[in-house]
Amino acid sequence: MEIERALEWLQSTPIAIMVAENDILFPWIESVHVLAIVLVVGTISIVDLRLLGVASLDISARRLMRDIIPYTWGAFAVAAITGSLMFSSDATHYAHNRLFQAKLVMLVLAGLNMAIFHFFGERDIERWEAPGATTSVAAKAAATISLLAWITVVSLGRGTGFTMH
Amino acid sequence: MTLNEICHWIDQTALSQWIQIAGWVVPTVQTIHILAIAVVASSALMIDLRLIGVFWANRPIEAVKARFLPLIWWPLLVLLGTGIIMITAEPARSLKNPAFQLKMLLLIAALIVTGLFQFLHRRNTAFGDVTGPRAAAVTLAIVSILLWSSIIFAGRWIAYFA
Repeated sequence: MEIERALEWLQSTPIAIMVAENDILFPWIESVHVLAIVLVVGTISIVDLRLLGVASLDISARRLMRDIIPYTWGAFAVAAITGSLMFSSDATHYAHNRLFQAKLVMLVLAGLNMAIFHFFGERDIERWEAPGATTSVAAKAAATISLLAWITVVSLGRGTGFTMH
Repeated sequence: MTLNEICHWIDQTALSQWIQIAGWVVPTVQTIHILAIAVVASSALMIDLRLIGVFWANRPIEAVKARFLPLIWWPLLVLLGTGIIMITAEPARSLKNPAFQLKMLLLIAALIVTGLFQFLHRRNTAFGDVTGPRAAAVTLAIVSILLWSSIIFAGRWIAYFA
């Protein structure tokens, strides 16, 4: 199959072989991955809790998103790069791991949720972004989905580590 | 009682035996542990970036502190609880592990630095502001970022020293 061949090719690239064979490289990459994920989840939760109307109510929702989300994206980029490096080191096995597959699905879901909120949920942001104003139902829904999606991503990521031997 | 005897004793308890047989407990507890670390590390980062002056520079430090400092202290209870369960599951793998021992030392240092910030800011509310002692605040923030990052790294390295 085409995908199988692509995975085997990926696994045989010099970078993938280096990650797979070097004893110290993998744990270092994994540590950076955990640090990045921790910051993705922590910073996105700050936004989600604001959208839910639970915390940071003294600051406008729009301002909070503008201030925090760049950090989320930065951390996500680091997580994606380190994740790809780990994936490449054993691509054929990761690709067949059910928990890893589920993790990718959840990441896509989290991304779609964010895009839908950005393009539709933020349309009437003027009506609910002010400090103290009650946030919209759409904003609360997006925040709830986001929190659940990221908690699931972390669970599946940890589960992948336990089922890759 | 030596460390070996303590590890052996924990290992023989019914709770430890049960966790070892129930394969889902350790990954589940580790997931909760990581989520709690996400709250603590991100909260510490927000305060530290404010002290450095690159984040929410026009908001009073008092507001940033009130929002995020409790989220450094309270989740520590969750981290302690989940940490104890992980130690109970595999006492020798953690207690005798140099990465774990280093992590505990770094944790003590991070808590001291966090407490120090709290103390300095209570004594002088200009601490970290443009009118207050800048160099001390920036140094404290950088040390805090390095310590919390190192704690996460050391935690991940426990698996590789086992």
